[in-house]
Amino acid sequence: MALQEQALPLGGVAPDRTGNFRTDHLLVAEMIGRGAKVLDVGCGDGELLQLLESRGIDGRGIELSREGVNRCVAKGLAVVQGDADTDLVNYPDDAFDYVVLSQTLQATRQPKVVLENLLRIGRRAIVSFPNFGFWKMRLQLLIGGHMPRTENLPATWYDTANIHFCTIKDFVELCDAINVKMERAVALDLYGRPVPLNLPWWVWNMFGEQGVFLLSRGRVGR
Amino acid sequence: MTDVVPSIPSPAIHSEDRAQEADHPASQVVKFGIDQPLRLDCGVDLAPFQIAYQTYGQLNADRSNAILICHALTLDQHVANSHPLTGKAGWWEIMVGPGRPLDTDKYFIICSNVIGGCMGSTGPASTNPATGKVWGLDFPVVTIPDMVRAQTMLLDRLGVETLFCVIGGSMGGMQVLQWTAAYPERVFSALPVACSTRHSAQNIAFHELGRQAVMADPDWRGGRYFDQRTHPHRGLGVARMAGHITYLSDAALHRKFGRRMQDRDLPTFSFDADFQVESYLRYQGSSFVERFDANSYLYLTRAMDYFDIAADHGGVLAKAFAGIKTRFCVVSFTSDWLFPTSESRALVHALNASSARVSFAEIDTDRGHDAFLLDVPEFFDISRAFLQSAGKARGLDSVAFSSEVDTGSHSNQARADCVDLSAVENALKRKSSGGG
Repeated sequence: MALQEQALPLGGVAPDRTGNFRTDHLLVAEMIGRGAKVLDVGCGDGELLQLLESRGIDGRGIELSREGVNRCVAKGLAVVQGDADTDLVNYPDDAFDYVVLSQTLQATRQPKVVLENLLRIGRRAIVSFPNFGFWKMRLQLLIGGHMPRTENLPATWYDTANIHFCTIKDFVELCDAINVKMERAVALDLYGRPVPLNLPWWVWNMFGEQGVFLLSRGRVGR
Repeated sequence: MTDVVPSIPSPAIHSEDRAQEADHPASQVVKFGIDQPLRLDCGVDLAPFQIAYQTYGQLNADRSNAILICHALTLDQHVANSHPLTGKAGWWEIMVGPGRPLDTDKYFIICSNVIGGCMGSTGPASTNPATGKVWGLDFPVVTIPDMVRAQTMLLDRLGVETLFCVIGGSMGGMQVLQWTAAYPERVFSALPVACSTRHSAQNIAFHELGRQAVMADPDWRGGRYFDQRTHPHRGLGVARMAGHITYLSDAALHRKFGRRMQDRDLPTFSFDADFQVESYLRYQGSSFVERFDANSYLYLTRAMDYFDIAADHGGVLAKAFAGIKTRFCVVSFTSDWLFPTSESRALVHALNASSARVSFAEIDTDRGHDAFLLDVPEFFDISRAFLQSAGKARGLDSVAFSSEVDTGSHSNQARADCVDLSAVENALKRKSSGGG
């Protein structure tokens, strides 16, 4: 299916700019209803989980780094040490209402398998990732001749944990290939503002610094 | 060559003192009569029997702030008060007390000696009322589930229906897991530390080594050493030395002792304790026999060996925790090779599969299995935060301390906070009779 044919209900997303939370976290929180059960894969210091708990959402986390886990547990969050690539298989089907993968997809060894697991464990998945199609990235490669580095992705190519970069367009194609339904898609610009909704896809892919997708399982037997 | 000095000297504490502590302990005691037997897994109904316990802090008005500490193999109920036999400080004073992670200003803390123990709960060192002699090997074999069943009977007596938290390390952690698997509705939160859902082959092997050391001591006398006025302190001391090695780590031993000599510069070319590490182990062995009963050591190691929660649930660990509402915080230590992190991780996977609310932290330390007893600030921080967040979920902060259940005047000294059981029982009677 071509990109342009995707029918995406894009309205209703108005990120809250108050408070100290990251815009993409606020956007994720907006997508989740009160009382939902949520697994945050790659939860870092637990910033998103704290935001979710403050909104009456039952949040759990998995984090790879021991320091991150212990900081989360010391905040009273339900977080376990684990690896998205290897440990998601241990979770049963439909264990969560939502599984969140925030800025972690590009650091997994098998993004496709991880994505499939997210939608097996959770009825819905929310995935956000840095968009490698962002104009600044393109410019660094095109003009500078360097692997792109940004404020949010400062690591050099040889010590970055991010091994599977993709563009918004790539991600949409992957979702299509593995029969994942996109319920909502939002591109955030460099300042965390949603790229205007009435613009065509290529603008998103060019001016979105990151993409945030609400996904559900596609129709069976397609 | 010099004469060989006995490595484990005869205990200085008299056997009669230990026997006294087994039957008439310095702790609070609840007695269960012939009509209230403890159903043991081996098929025996144990009656009469008694449980010795200590408490710290106050039970609140709706009885929602009780924490049960489950003690490890060679420890006892004297968590935060001086030991009645040795006079040493409580084994978890670093963890339990006003302002400590297990805050006696907020929680009502209970710790009971396990069934099969030797510090006042009925065990092989207790007197068998049928014969008037010490039980010895006539005592039935007990299991971890038996220990927990006895604890439920104690809590029933104390009028504590649900526990805010069950916490314990090593064998104590096994009891925590048994609590959550068998009585999930009575446990609001659980903090199993440095433990496993089953004892590994290697751990059984080390326990067998210890038991054989005890039984190889001619003074063991087939377990009848009390009657024959001997004491298998050498065998028990060796068992303790072997066990103690498993509680430490290569790195910790190296850091603490290296190859350093004990009060000498050159080897003596004998079997004296030339190395500091030898001297340390001998000290551990000889101080252990002062306070512990050899038969009790056999029984409690056996109980750990038999422990396997999955086996009790058709071989599927997740089934043991199906639908559980209890909040878990599982903690392991990087250098613990007795209960390695992989064991905790298997538990966490099973809890995840049961959709339980679980936190899991592996703490980086070189201090081995015993790290849970030592000053490891990260462990304290995690325990404190877990209890605080669980307390918030249980609404503990909004509950007043009861004026009716008068647990005695509160003192800044945890050791002075032993609750007067009669006051609790009287209060219960007043409640049940409708008076106030």
